[in-house]
Amino acid sequence: MLTLPQFFFIYFALAIIFLAGMAVNVRNPVHSVLLVLAMFFHMAGVYLMLNAEFLAAVQVIVYAGAVLVLYLFVVFLVNIKEEIRLKRFIGSYTTGRVITIGMLATLLAAAWSFKLGPAGTWSIEAVREITHTRALGIEMFSHYMLPFEIAGVILLVAVVGGMALAKKDRNRATTTEERRALMRGEELGE
Amino acid sequence: MPGSYLPSDYMSVLFLLLFALGFGVAAIALGQLLRLRRPYHEKLVAYESGNEPTELPRFRFSVKFYLIAILFAVFDVECIFLYPWAIVYDKLGLFAFAEMLIFIFLLLAGYVYAWGKGALTWER
Amino acid sequence: MVIEILLTILLIVVVFSVIMLHVAYATYFERKVIGHMQVRMGPMRVGPHGLLQPIADGIKLFFKEDVFPETADKPTFYAAPIICLVAALTSIAVIPFWEGMAISDINIGLLFILAMSSLAGWGVVLAGWASNSKYAFLGGLRASAQIISYEIAMGLSIVGVMMMAGSLNMSEIVKAQAQSPFGIYAIPQVLGFFVFLVAMLAETNRTPFDMPECESELVAGYCTEYAGFRFALFFLGEYVGMIVMASVGTICFLGGWTGPFEVPFFPIIWFMLKVYFLIFFFYWVRATLPRYRYDQIMALGWKVLIPLALGNVILTGIMKTFVWH
Repeated sequence: MLTLPQFFFIYFALAIIFLAGMAVNVRNPVHSVLLVLAMFFHMAGVYLMLNAEFLAAVQVIVYAGAVLVLYLFVVFLVNIKEEIRLKRFIGSYTTGRVITIGMLATLLAAAWSFKLGPAGTWSIEAVREITHTRALGIEMFSHYMLPFEIAGVILLVAVVGGMALAKKDRNRATTTEERRALMRGEELGE
Repeated sequence: MPGSYLPSDYMSVLFLLLFALGFGVAAIALGQLLRLRRPYHEKLVAYESGNEPTELPRFRFSVKFYLIAILFAVFDVECIFLYPWAIVYDKLGLFAFAEMLIFIFLLLAGYVYAWGKGALTWER
Repeated sequence: MVIEILLTILLIVVVFSVIMLHVAYATYFERKVIGHMQVRMGPMRVGPHGLLQPIADGIKLFFKEDVFPETADKPTFYAAPIICLVAALTSIAVIPFWEGMAISDINIGLLFILAMSSLAGWGVVLAGWASNSKYAFLGGLRASAQIISYEIAMGLSIVGVMMMAGSLNMSEIVKAQAQSPFGIYAIPQVLGFFVFLVAMLAETNRTPFDMPECESELVAGYCTEYAGFRFALFFLGEYVGMIVMASVGTICFLGGWTGPFEVPFFPIIWFMLKVYFLIFFFYWVRATLPRYRYDQIMALGWKVLIPLALGNVILTGIMKTFVWH
């Protein structure tokens, strides 16, 4: 007999695998993004089951709310009018299958060797008592100060990199005529 | 161990979510039985001020939206870092404040850079 | 356990019905307020002083033909209005109406609201895409870009409140607020409150930021192709969203359920008064301000509100460390 937490865990796990599989298989890229959205919500559910409510919120706010919107906009930007058929990297199906099964076997073998790391100083009760967010805050801003600042630097790099990628076509239009053409296009496209 | 902890507070959130979902679906499905339905081509064609739609609508996407999305992703992560800091502010004291000032400064550098590059300006 | 679950469901049904009634009369309130501000009467025909107007509107929308555009993308077109409604309604769960009276008093209440509001943005952009119509697509894109831009401002504006209250739990914020010197955070957090109010208008796509559905250029924005009850679901979502945002504003800045004196038998009265004040503010702004241009909206969000909100965070930090302690 399943207990309620077990039931939820199994549901979330199966749903994540199913939705991820669907996301890869669906033809329409926007549908695929939608399936990933649903998957992220189930992942947030798993975090909840692990007593990590702040991470669940982050999963929804950052991944579903920000990163996936970015993906959606990329899908809009690329705007594939018709399916692009590329030549297969590996010609025969048999070779492909052998490689895939080999990779799967490797992954499974690796999964078997998984063992739990050393337990942290926080017990479940301690975390629940001061709430997960506070526990995270105290840890992050005392013991993990350097990684936190490094995260800040990485975010800075992300801004600069994003600018470099996205602002490229604006610099291309140097003459007034070109810029005007770009403006016309963007007015329509806004 | 996974599956040993039940976040019972969230059960009622789940109920409300299912309830809202049920309401939305039921309102549409139930109404479907009662509504009249007389579709014809002119009614079902996408609205374009009465003209026949020209070209496909989805092929116009300005890169500006993409830019906004990139900036949003970065600043959203920054916000997320601020929340745990904010609620344990009293416990952490001056050191954490200085830490956060460095973090905000780093982000402001990116913000000023984006502003200088014109990413925050919508026109042109 | 079973009794607990039944009680929860009963509570949900009651809260849901009350919210729906408030939504219906929020539309009536809006038309009356704006009507009188423009020296008109507002709805007068259905019932005395038009009191039954929202019910008539509801019935009309329910029986309207459901037009499904030929070129629309089926699953997304179905899902979009429901996503909007579910996101708005689920946020209600964490709002405490008075002490101990919330459907679910979770520890990350504020974050939950933010998460749900980002989900509402998904409904809008998907509606725009699924309709496969130019107006809808542009409206959806504009709406989602606007929502995500102002989400940062909104998220930053409440950091000051989190610092003062030391919690993300809505009830604890109200309690901490009641013990603070001013009783409400709107005074020490005046900058945060201002940013929140502006971001609140933009997040719910209300005038002067109703870009996604500005009639003069985009017909009706993302809901151009939606008719009948599907349109009504967007409408419900928008008004529930307004109520949620007004409640968050009330809880974070105006002291929640606390009031100058206790009201016997009807403790919710202070909360409701404050929420209705903020909802009145929505309408007041709508009747007063003209619509912003889109580039102005983006400039306001990115160049004014975000620096202001960040400044508020730093200021609160300095005040808390050096002045108030």
